[in-house]
Amino acid sequence: MSMVEFKQVVKSFGPLTVLDKVDLSIEPGEVVVIIGPSGSGKSTLLRCINALETIQDGDILVDGRSVRGGKEEIHQIRLEAGMVFQQFNLFPQMTALENVMFGPINARGMKKAEARELALKILTKVGLETKAGHSPAQLSGGQQQRVAIARALAIRPALMLFDEPTSALDPELRHEVLKVMRDLAAENMTMVVVTHEIEFARQVGSRLIFMEGGKIVHDGNPVELLGNPPSSRLKDFLQHVH
Amino acid sequence: MDFQWSVIWEALPNLLQGARLTILIAAVGLAGGLTLGALAGMVRTYGPNSLDWLARGYILLIRGTPLVVQVMFIYFALPILAGVRIDGLTAAILSIIINSGAYVAEIVRGSLLSIPKGLQEAGLAMGLPFSKVLRLIIGPLAFRRMIPALGNQCITSLKDTSLFIVIGVGELTRQGQEIMAENYRAVEIWTAVAVIYLLILTAMAYGLKYIEKRMPIL
Repeated sequence: MSMVEFKQVVKSFGPLTVLDKVDLSIEPGEVVVIIGPSGSGKSTLLRCINALETIQDGDILVDGRSVRGGKEEIHQIRLEAGMVFQQFNLFPQMTALENVMFGPINARGMKKAEARELALKILTKVGLETKAGHSPAQLSGGQQQRVAIARALAIRPALMLFDEPTSALDPELRHEVLKVMRDLAAENMTMVVVTHEIEFARQVGSRLIFMEGGKIVHDGNPVELLGNPPSSRLKDFLQHVH
Repeated sequence: MDFQWSVIWEALPNLLQGARLTILIAAVGLAGGLTLGALAGMVRTYGPNSLDWLARGYILLIRGTPLVVQVMFIYFALPILAGVRIDGLTAAILSIIINSGAYVAEIVRGSLLSIPKGLQEAGLAMGLPFSKVLRLIIGPLAFRRMIPALGNQCITSLKDTSLFIVIGVGELTRQGQEIMAENYRAVEIWTAVAVIYLLILTAMAYGLKYIEKRMPIL
């Protein structure tokens, strides 16, 4: 079974159609990188997967569960899909460790001691064990985003959604976040990544999707698509991103 | 004129009794007002349309009329309309509850709306129900932002209790008025009354400062 399956998905904001009958299926272990101009619908597509946006028509199945299946289905989908945001969105009143412990305790019902152990292990994995007691405000952007990734991983998702995870970071801080994402991909995590990081798409992506006007225009092997863009539109876009 | 300290010493027991009542009305009234305001504020921010209209109506009515009129209505008109007898103290406390509640509701709404939407989404994306997101993430953050404005409201409401002189509740101002009516020592009595209010409100201001220090805005 596919990990994520879009069937003729339509999403609109008022009169504006943002996703126009999108079909897409993502298999376990794939690293799908989505690129496209702003307003092309790439972030919306990502946010529809865990029902942060509600769709108007069609259906999305995540591990067989429908985003239109009601509260309990959505709850299960969200436990299965970890999300990382452009603006990190760490809880400012909690330390890094508390941020990572929060999901296991409150969404998974884990005991505090157990959650702390898990959180420390995941913080170590993203290289931030020494920052466990720091509040988000005391961390750099790159560190905050790594904590945010750790927080998403702590609910033990089967799928990770990244919404422009490096767009708010200084160029020299981006690499530390990309490295963590690379490590995750190497562990066979299923990932959907909306980004402008073309190098990441080339090196880590197993699949590249180019979106425009609410439609998937190209969908294929990143190395092939980037090396030999099949349309002048993609070629044009890539020139402007670099 | 000669300022007679003995007048103050004599009046002090009665004035302190009035101060106790002032604090009681403010404390119980504000506890109720904060609860009512929190509810109305949440309804205004997140509630369904029907409840939102109810909350809007309540806020419009209360903010659109003076507190003295509200307490007069509760004390004199409500018994006629509803056939229930309400004593002065209850009317005073009720007035503070419904009056401060309307202002608190708008403070709560403003603070809730000021919390970045991304934090709510981060909570929801983890699989938490909205009620938990509100209680564990947005609520505590919004509360910190409310403290300065809520502090203002507490100070205002405490001083508003002096208006209950009109229904004869023996709070601090009323006590001062009654003592003065007997001894005509306006300077001593009103100085003493003013100093007692100042002491209560200074203590309150320090309390608020302490809370704000412990829970800074993030």
